[in-house]
Amino acid sequence: MSAVPLLKVNDVSKFYGSRIGCRNVSFELYPGEVLAIVGESGSGKTTLLSCLSTRLMPTSGIVEYHMRDGQYRDLARLSEAERRFMMRTDWGFVHQNPADGLRMTVSAGANVGERLMAVGDRHYGNIRATAGDWLKRVEIDEDRIDDQPRAFSGGMRQRLQIARNLVTSPRLVFMDEPTGGLDVSVQARLLDLVRGLVHDLGLAAIIVTHDLAVARLLSHRMMVMKDGAVIEQGLTDRVLDDPREPYTQLLVSSILQV
Amino acid sequence: MATPLVVSEVAKSFTMHLRDGVRLPVVANVSFSVKAGECVVLGGPSGVGKSSILKMLYGNYGVDEGQILMEHDGRLVNLATAEPRMVLDVRRTTLGYVSQFLRVVPRVSALDIVAEPLQARGVAAEEARERAAELLAKLNLPKELWALPPATFSGGEQQRVNIARGFITGHKILLLDEPTASLDAKNRAVVVEMIAEKKAEGTALVGIFHDEEVRDAVADRIIDVSEFSPRKQAA
Repeated sequence: MSAVPLLKVNDVSKFYGSRIGCRNVSFELYPGEVLAIVGESGSGKTTLLSCLSTRLMPTSGIVEYHMRDGQYRDLARLSEAERRFMMRTDWGFVHQNPADGLRMTVSAGANVGERLMAVGDRHYGNIRATAGDWLKRVEIDEDRIDDQPRAFSGGMRQRLQIARNLVTSPRLVFMDEPTGGLDVSVQARLLDLVRGLVHDLGLAAIIVTHDLAVARLLSHRMMVMKDGAVIEQGLTDRVLDDPREPYTQLLVSSILQV
Repeated sequence: MATPLVVSEVAKSFTMHLRDGVRLPVVANVSFSVKAGECVVLGGPSGVGKSSILKMLYGNYGVDEGQILMEHDGRLVNLATAEPRMVLDVRRTTLGYVSQFLRVVPRVSALDIVAEPLQARGVAAEEARERAAELLAKLNLPKELWALPPATFSGGEQQRVNIARGFITGHKILLLDEPTASLDAKNRAVVVEMIAEKKAEGTALVGIFHDEEVRDAVADRIIDVSEFSPRKQAA
């Protein structure tokens, strides 16, 4: 078991004026750990994810990250250049809508290769070969490498977005409803793919989802949010099979059986 | 050698917030221990809390009171209070579980489902698959099924995949929730033999078996779970 956390979150709150986005959230995330954040729309999941990933500045509280040089850095104090470099190399962010995470008018290969160039790769042949490899890993035919994502289906776009994020071997990936707009057969395929990749690469991930089945399949640990606060957390199968809080019991009992 | 599993004064109740906060006591004051190489069977009528105890031992159900102590990685861990990543670490190397039903993952083959716990412990994929194949063969699962995801398998076939998955590792503690419930006589005999092998290796086993023949064949000791009924203790 790894001894030091990758991410330390201490009493993070975010207010939009007088409205609460999220409040008093504290936790630690260790390397290789997958954390699911669940809750209904408006419960503060995405606000929290944005605060953790530096897309939003928390109103109060500290988020610290264990950098590759072994130091913890307060993410709010990173310079803009450092922040952007982190987002492109050590972190990934998979958006619900692939169009938010991809460049729709450049080729699939360039979408993947762009992140490689951000970490200093310059050899065109190597970049193209690596991009091709990653397309295969996410089950996209290599002969689609020169096509633009505009010509891809929703499921393919999402897989491409994942390849783009993972190509630089990030240590932490944020996912916001990664299976959101996909039909169930495409979802199953994507989930299996993400599960395999997370396991093989030893990634840490924070996944925001309202789908408890997604949380069960992918995550080790779970946090349940309501009205901006974390009301219950623990081992994923413990929270789902033995929910303690009234709201968690309501969530779990609302799952439709097929 | 230290006792691998000690359960001390464990209590569990469910509070049904959606049913006006009705509180359902399940068990109270559960205390027992299991030695290496011993198979302890939880007995008693349905609904008395046997499965709940097994799920608490696995960390799947929360524990209201008491301790569940296991020797893990050279030290003592209280599973009742351990943080999630510790519970997962204990499950990876010390604590195995054969559940009643297989939770299938779309697209993953029976062979890979069985091999996975070994791979999680760092065994190479090829070696893990070979070992998985041996176990599936021993449990008489037709070879043409090995490469298929078990979603479409019969109950008995799924259960054998589940058993193979639970038995593949050398976990020092193994929990068995009715592993023979939907098996025919021939395969029940195979499972009885596999349990005997585990005992000979020094594994501590806790199981629920409704089949008397199997229970008599494997049990060193039967604990009557109705002794732990909170109603009885209150009376």
